[in-house]
Amino acid sequence: MTSPPTSPRTNADPVPAPPRYGSDEGVQTLVDAPDYQSSRLRVPRRPLTELPATVTELTGPLLGDRRVDEADHDLTRQHRGEPLGERIVVHGRVFDGDGQAVPHTLVELWQANAAGRYSHDGDRHDAPLDPNFTGVGRCLTGAEGRYRFVTVKPGAYPWRNHDNAWRPAHIHFSLFGRAFVQRLITQMYFPGDPLFEQDPIFNAVRDGKARDRLVARFDWDATVPEWALGYRFDIVLRGRDATPMEDEEHRP
Amino acid sequence: MRLPLTPSQTIGPFYHHALSWPDGPQVVPAGTAGRIWIRGRVFDGAGDAVTDALVETWQSDPDGRFGHPDDPRGPVPGFRGYGRCATDASGAYGILTLKPGRVPTCDGELQAPHLDVSVFSRGLLHRAVTRIYFADEQEANADDPVLWGSVDPSLRQTLIAERSDDGYTFDIHLQGEHETVFFRL
Repeated sequence: MTSPPTSPRTNADPVPAPPRYGSDEGVQTLVDAPDYQSSRLRVPRRPLTELPATVTELTGPLLGDRRVDEADHDLTRQHRGEPLGERIVVHGRVFDGDGQAVPHTLVELWQANAAGRYSHDGDRHDAPLDPNFTGVGRCLTGAEGRYRFVTVKPGAYPWRNHDNAWRPAHIHFSLFGRAFVQRLITQMYFPGDPLFEQDPIFNAVRDGKARDRLVARFDWDATVPEWALGYRFDIVLRGRDATPMEDEEHRP
Repeated sequence: MRLPLTPSQTIGPFYHHALSWPDGPQVVPAGTAGRIWIRGRVFDGAGDAVTDALVETWQSDPDGRFGHPDDPRGPVPGFRGYGRCATDASGAYGILTLKPGRVPTCDGELQAPHLDVSVFSRGLLHRAVTRIYFADEQEANADDPVLWGSVDPSLRQTLIAERSDDGYTFDIHLQGEHETVFFRL
């Protein structure tokens, strides 16, 4: 018996199926947010074109160790002194939508200081800068998708979206996952914030349960006695489940 | 176990000190043979420059391969494939890279050389995803299952980068008469 002829694989050969990723369930898609002034001239108006996932979308940048120093996860130790404010631990796990941990993925974070001011040239809010706080952190998730930051609780700050507009306290998160389709930039909020109600960015997520997933929960187990309060924020990126979700029209 | 996803939120205007990397725009180091600059500007619906956008690119190497374990043909390490550049005061960005090769679809059809692009900015609750194709790849473009299969023919031109002195030009219009084609993944 002869074995079938083999030929070197070229780009034109059929390739085994790469992993598939599930639907975004409507929470990670472009939406109109009419109350959010900046969106009016920026959110695309034409219907989105479906992009069938190819190897380009099912792979993504694997940005590893050289981007992260051991100290980058502790925003309270990046300067000579300690920043002012309420010291907190923010930790959690990164999963995909199938419940699998996403290990060794880059997490980038940025936030205002305790007075509600970013260490950024563009921020003109009349609140003090803190010479001991830049408000930038990064880390890689561990083998079980865990991450942990030490920082101070950011302050709320005013903006000019509407009369007497204030952003609820929040921390920005940027994640890559392992595929282009999983890329996510989001914001973490704090439980019970009275500013939620009037915030068009938070409320741009129409589904209440989905909005709740942007709110960290207070975590006694992560609270360090006589040192820092703990918050837990788990992040779920697109999953690799092959089961297609029912296709809904997500655009309003 | 299915877990519900974490929603996307805007990058906001104050991300530069966190997300700007010195080598962000350099997918390949300066001086790399075959390098091209992909340069362009980002515009809003009034035709004004978007001066606080973040443009990210993801692409194959010149042979159409990725340094990634999920590439079913096997990973070919050595090419970062990823670029990141904030727009400046004129809305301009630039990515120094190599022209990508042809990447197959899952059916083995060859795609034309392309980059995947994410645009983040204040005002966008979610990134806007588009693709860059190349004007001097007419034959490959005409066979591309996305460009010729999915994209409205009258809008194809919005996905095609034109030759320039040191590479290619690709402007991004978030809205307006020239609105770029954006994709749902």
